[in-house]
Parts: sequence; structure tokens; C-alpha cells
Amino acid sequence: GGTVLGVAGEDFAVIASDTRLSEYYSIHARDVPKLFRLSPQMVLGCAGFHGDVLTLTKEMNMATQIYEYEHGRTISCPATAEMLSKKLYYRRFFPFYTYNVLVGLDAEGKGAVYGFDPIGSFERETFRASGSAASLLQPLLDNQIGYNNQPNAKREPLSMDKAVALVREVFSCAAERDIHTGDGVVISVITKDGIKESFHPLRAD
Amino acid sequence: MESLDGEEAHRGGFSFENVHRNAFISGRANVSFPKPMKTGTTIAGVVFKDGIVLGADTRATSGSIVADKNCAKIHYMAPNIYCCGAGTAADTENVTDMVSSQLQLHRLSTGRDSRVITALRMLTQHLFRYQGHIGAALVLGGVDFSGPHLYCVYPHGSSSILPFVTMGSGSLAAMSVFEDRFRPGMEREEAMELVKDAIRSGIFNDLGSGSSVDLCVITREKTEYIRPHDVASERGEKAMQFSYQPGTTAVLSESRVTLDDVIVQTV
Repeated sequence: GGTVLGVAGEDFAVIASDTRLSEYYSIHARDVPKLFRLSPQMVLGCAGFHGDVLTLTKEMNMATQIYEYEHGRTISCPATAEMLSKKLYYRRFFPFYTYNVLVGLDAEGKGAVYGFDPIGSFERETFRASGSAASLLQPLLDNQIGYNNQPNAKREPLSMDKAVALVREVFSCAAERDIHTGDGVVISVITKDGIKESFHPLRAD
Repeated sequence: MESLDGEEAHRGGFSFENVHRNAFISGRANVSFPKPMKTGTTIAGVVFKDGIVLGADTRATSGSIVADKNCAKIHYMAPNIYCCGAGTAADTENVTDMVSSQLQLHRLSTGRDSRVITALRMLTQHLFRYQGHIGAALVLGGVDFSGPHLYCVYPHGSSSILPFVTMGSGSLAAMSVFEDRFRPGMEREEAMELVKDAIRSGIFNDLGSGSSVDLCVITREKTEYIRPHDVASERGEKAMQFSYQPGTTAVLSESRVTLDDVIVQTV
């Protein structure tokens, strides 16, 4: 259960997830975000089977800490993406049932979003929606950020305010039509100065 | 003397030939039947001092997608009889329409107001004939000359007579409210509040139910169909508006065809 969304900008990155934990037609909890801070400039969004979400994020936290002890510096976002891919593929024949989106800043300070499948195939993208409402969110982002089907529209660079407003709006739309998405959305904005988190309520029905 | 012709022996009784056909088709690769839209749903009814209160949510789901955010689940049967429907949307819609028509013809034939038990018989006998394949789970309520009546009708054709009933995926959430607060002989306002709260419980705790609460209050004197009675969950403020400039969609090519051979005839 749950939906995660990551958007990369010129010098920032945004990641958001809903806070509902559901199973079949019931709600287990309304305040369970699916975002996990791996470093001061990197957040892993992890949706799907919550048992595997907790185990995987625990493993990733341990692995990033060990990297710091062994290398004397924080692990970079692209390196974390490679590590996560290996961790997921290691379980190729008994997979982590998780839909991951890793978000942070790359070596040049530009926003980075990496989207994964449950067994570790990954790709760096400008934006990626994952989880139960992915099929509702991704096409809207393709249109608004990727300018799909808008050949004559003026291309503007994505500002942080527009990105956050867009994320809030698409989650509101997803909550209307997907029964598993709702209750609230947590948005983390990552810049060179750190991570700022905000919470916005969604429909609770 | 038994008939040697096996095919011909299918006169009377139930014919389920299409069940074999459907099983055969679904056994073949790459073929799946389209999923019917289910209402998810919380529906409920109570008997109070002066009559019946029926309630329903307004969400219709197709799998895990909300197909309709504001559908009407309280169906008209007669001026003094209404029926809430849960289960397969097409089934509840059609079976209530059908019985509603039959009731009207019956009223014209007998010259009397319809009785709730008549609607019940018609529904249960129809549903039993289809052995549960018509997925209609109904809460039937109304007031006739012999007083208020409330029934629960199940897809296989059985029914229950109870002072308070709930059906649908949110029935457990709604029933927990009833079991806590129901008492016989409530006043109108109290009964409306109770049903509203029961449906709200379904709306917030069941993922198959949502949006708002519709109510129908039936008494000897009048019937009130209140839609919506309570907008339990709303969208909230929009964070941004989407707008597209004229000319955004590129016209790649255009062709005009004049219809020269149209003959205009005036009658």
C-alpha cells in the first residue's frame, strides 16, 4: 500500500509519499509516511509490502552508516542507487515487495531521482511516481513536467514552488480516485542546505 | 419412458449452459472477462418510532479505482418504499428498476398502495432463480398500511427481518455503530443521526465506501429523500490550477471532405 513520488529540479529535489497504511479494504494506520532519511541530502521513498519496506530501509540505513565509517565521508546519491539495486537483486528469487524511489543531489549539486522496480532495475529520471497510485500520477507529471502532448507550450525550468504545488495537487487528485491513497501527504524538499519536511492533510474516506 | 435425446430434456428448471461456455472461454489463454463495477459501499437502515430511515454512502469503485464519487445508491421502488443497493452496480440498478415497474403495474391492477412484503417476495424470488449470479445485496425499507418494515436481501435470495441492518463492504463498520447506540422506538432526529454516523463510520474506515451520506426517511405521511444529507469528505483546497493556452495541441494535418452526393428529401 501507499504511493511515492520524486521530482528533480535544477538545484533541488522533492520527494513525497502518502501516509495511509491499508490492507484490502481496511485502514491499518493513517500516519505512516513512506519516506526514510538516509543522509542529510538523501531520502528513500519506499512503498509496497510494509514488512519488506521496514526491513529494506533498516538494511539501507545500516549500509550507509557502515560506508561512512569505512570511507570517512557520506555516501553519494548515485552510489546509494547502485547499492540499493544490488540489495534488491540479491533477493531476485524471493524479492523485496517494494517500489522504491531514491532522491537526492548528484555530485554537481543538481537534483537526482532514481526509480527502481522490486528486483533492482533502476534508471535516473527527472520524475517518477511509484506505488498504488503510480498509474494516476505518472501521466500527469509526464504532461506537466515532461511537456508530453504539449508541443507548442513554452518550456520553463521547474521552480521549487511549482514543483511542491504540483506534487500537492497530484496527490490530492490521486486521493480522489484511488481508494488506497489518502489521509495525508508528507513532502521532503532537498537542497544543498538540507531537508525540509512538510505535511498536508488529504481526504480520509 | 425416458427421453433418449439428452438436449431436449432441458425444459423447465434452471439452464446454466452459459456457465460451461464461460468456463471454456476463461480457460483459454489471454482472455479475461471485464470486471463489473461494484459499489463497495456502506448501506444501512433502522426502524424508528414513526417509520424507517435508510442511509447509503456515494462511492462506486471499479477494482481499486473510484469510478463514481457521487452515485445514488438509494433506489425508488414505490412512493412509500425505497431500497438501498450494494454489490454489483448494474445488478442493483436493474433489479430494483424491474421490481419497481412490477410494483407499479401491481398498484394499477389492485388499486392499492404497494406493500413492502410484495417487493420483498418479488426480489427474493428473482434472485433465487439466478442462484446468486445476480450480485445484489439490498436493504429494503418502507411503510405500508400495516406499519414500517425493514428487510435485508442477499444475492442468493434469502432475506432477514430486523430492526436495524447494514450491508456492503462497510457493513461491519456501520453495524458496530448500530450495536452500540440503537434502541427501539427512537425519535426521528435521533434515528437520522444514528444512520448518518453509521454510514460515516463506513466512509472513513472502509476503503470501498466514501464521499457523502444520502438518507431516505419514510413515514406514513411522507417520504423524504435527502441527497446529500452530510458531505462527510470533501476534496479540500486545490494547490494549483492547470491551464492550457489555445494552440497547445499541435494540429499536424487537416483535411476537408465535401459530401457531394447527399440527397435531401422532404416528406
